[in-house]
Amino acid sequence: METGELILNIVASTLRLSTPLLLAAMAGLLSLQVGQVNIGLEGLMLAGAFTTVVVGFWLGSTWLGVLAAIIVGMLLAALFTLVVTRFKANLIVSGLAINLLASGSTAYLLKVLFDTSGTLSPASLESLPTVNIPVLSDIPVIGSLVFSQSPLVYVSWLMVPLTALFLYRSIPGTHIRAIGQNEEAARSVGIPVRRRQYLALMLGGGLCGLAGAHLAVGDLALFREDMTAGRGFIALAAVYFAAGRPRWAALACLLFGMFEALQFRLQLISSTPPQFFQMLPYVMVVVVLAIISARKEWRKGW
Amino acid sequence: MPYLEVRAIRKTYPGGVLANDDIHFNVEAGEIHGLVGENGAGKSTLMKILYGMEQPDSGEIWLGGQRAHIAHPQAAIQLGIGMVHQHFQLVPTLTVAENIALGRETRRGLFADRGVMRERVRALSDQFGLHVNPDALVSDLSVGLQQRVEILKMLYRNARLLILDEPSAVLTPQEVVSLFEVLRRLVAEGCTAIFITHKLDEIMTLCDRATVLRRGQVVGTVETARVTPAEIARLMVGHELEPPLARKASAAESRDRLIVRDLQTGDARLQNTTVNFSVKSGEILGIAGMEGNGQTGLVEALIGLRPDAKGDILLDGTNLHGLSTRDRRKRGLALIPEDRNREGLSRPMRIWENLASGEYDRSPLNTGGVLRLERMRTAARALMERFDIRAPNEGVAVSTLSGGNAQKVVIARELATPPAVLIASQPTRGLDIGATGFVHEQLLNLREQGCGVLLISADLDELLALSDRIAVLFEGRILRIFPREEATREQIGLAMAGKVESEQAR
Repeated sequence: METGELILNIVASTLRLSTPLLLAAMAGLLSLQVGQVNIGLEGLMLAGAFTTVVVGFWLGSTWLGVLAAIIVGMLLAALFTLVVTRFKANLIVSGLAINLLASGSTAYLLKVLFDTSGTLSPASLESLPTVNIPVLSDIPVIGSLVFSQSPLVYVSWLMVPLTALFLYRSIPGTHIRAIGQNEEAARSVGIPVRRRQYLALMLGGGLCGLAGAHLAVGDLALFREDMTAGRGFIALAAVYFAAGRPRWAALACLLFGMFEALQFRLQLISSTPPQFFQMLPYVMVVVVLAIISARKEWRKGW
Repeated sequence: MPYLEVRAIRKTYPGGVLANDDIHFNVEAGEIHGLVGENGAGKSTLMKILYGMEQPDSGEIWLGGQRAHIAHPQAAIQLGIGMVHQHFQLVPTLTVAENIALGRETRRGLFADRGVMRERVRALSDQFGLHVNPDALVSDLSVGLQQRVEILKMLYRNARLLILDEPSAVLTPQEVVSLFEVLRRLVAEGCTAIFITHKLDEIMTLCDRATVLRRGQVVGTVETARVTPAEIARLMVGHELEPPLARKASAAESRDRLIVRDLQTGDARLQNTTVNFSVKSGEILGIAGMEGNGQTGLVEALIGLRPDAKGDILLDGTNLHGLSTRDRRKRGLALIPEDRNREGLSRPMRIWENLASGEYDRSPLNTGGVLRLERMRTAARALMERFDIRAPNEGVAVSTLSGGNAQKVVIARELATPPAVLIASQPTRGLDIGATGFVHEQLLNLREQGCGVLLISADLDELLALSDRIAVLFEGRILRIFPREEATREQIGLAMAGKVESEQAR
């Protein structure tokens, strides 16, 4: 394989692999900004992936499956909001509960509904069709790699500026940031704090549902137990390293996606045990982001 | 007709503290009205009632000739009442304009119309001479500017009556000067202001009239042009006579137990001031002074909570400089802190745990690194008996105790082993008469036993009743020390207002 081709291949798979991270990171960012960090991103994604496959299979439409995933993500996030705000439950415990609930219940339902375990791959379920962006996808070499993707890849790119715009320019978004910074102050000027908390966290739930849907039907069309494989936590790490700012979180997600893409290539060409390379993305992302975020003046602005 | 009229407001908190007792006062339109009183006098409660954060048990508020019902802060804002809290209600990562418009954004479709908001803030800022950049991030602003943002926030909501809760407490002297300019400008532009403080000079410079509160009651409304600061000070600290305390002659030999030489507390506001005094055995040295004149810094420097403090502190001849708080306590320094709930006790913990917290690290409560819980409980029961702590048993949480009993827990812990020197900072604040009497008795007992007692109090009566000498703290230094025979209310009042230059030269 030529070097140029290799690089382009890595770029393409980077984009694909960062998609669920980007979506989950924007969800984590919303939760961080409203002051109720949701460590249940992982569980919300998993529930989304499962819902996509099951509903898509039942209704015979992948897109309806994706829609259902968004709804399930939002409902679970609403539940999370309820327990952490109304009942003042601990954030960590509640987030963990979401993760355990999603992991356990998807495995259980897999058994009960389909009498199988491990993987569910209904033959009649199709993955989402590749969308070619007109004109752009005709650009030689790059076009077909970058602008010929599964639709949720584009959605994830769009979500980064949209989240930023929402948080930093819209009125509810400004309220969300105000609540996260100084809830007392937000309350004192009459902001409906509880409603905004639901808004931020449920939007995040929807994004996680989408992230799960991409994992399930973005390339293939299957659900595997615990297929999220820690991506929710990586997304959360990206959010923290970015100090809650959308574009830096997105960059961190791309970085992780890139290391993951590299890892696959390295496994193919090396005799070192594959586990070593599987570990690499996680290590690298921590190292690189720690170095970047250690710089002063890092935590200002968007 | 006054602009604001407060009639017969009464407020009792759960637990029985009577915070406001039949409060009457008027504010004329366009005046800056001072509201003065020591901490705990009821100022904050009154302001919370005016701003709808608390509801009075009885009484009426009239605003512009109409009865006002203020159920919550939003209602107060609707009526044109704005409050600038001592702790700012700002969001650091939002801009000035975003903070000011927060919750009242001008809409343009889905988004906030930042242009319109920015222009309105700029216009208000110019009109009132506030000079705040609408686009600056609040986290980048100085405290003084942040306060202006708070003021603008209220003006943006069309407040005509501004309540400022101890606005100068957080400011540097220069910032105070410009705050005063701003307030004068506000009044000139048609606003009315209530200015809460316990600093007399501020009342004298800024306010037309001032209402003085003491122990939840109005003790008078004065026109500042017609009174002296000393007169206000006397109103604030009161002049009721309490039953005279029996003060026996103390142990004859008088050696210095505590000598403080050239102590600098490291207080940024009170730089270049040093404190010198000594406390003899069998002596109570009272420290008088309006709050905020360096009392807190002095106490913290003595007990070892101010790493930047400079100067010598000699306890029975040993220099405590550089020693940790624990080492100072081991050498016989004891403290009844100003705020028992935050500094004196761990409220969620049990009585015996609190009592053991002074000596848990040594025998007999600790043998070879093992805590002897049963001994702690037994010792606690003995202390409860000795100091008359009234509680069901030693295992209840301190948070369930009344103020008086909680203070007794502090005192029992501090005096379990007789100290060489006791620092008692506002030891009777918020206590009822019975508990106050108990504390006084304990202090006098210590004195008879030959301890040195440093008594810091805002209550002049208390100081006059207990002290052998009274030192007056003013702007971080000891202005004068009065022997008991020479200490009169008038003399001390004057000194507390900083007016003893002639005598000091003497």
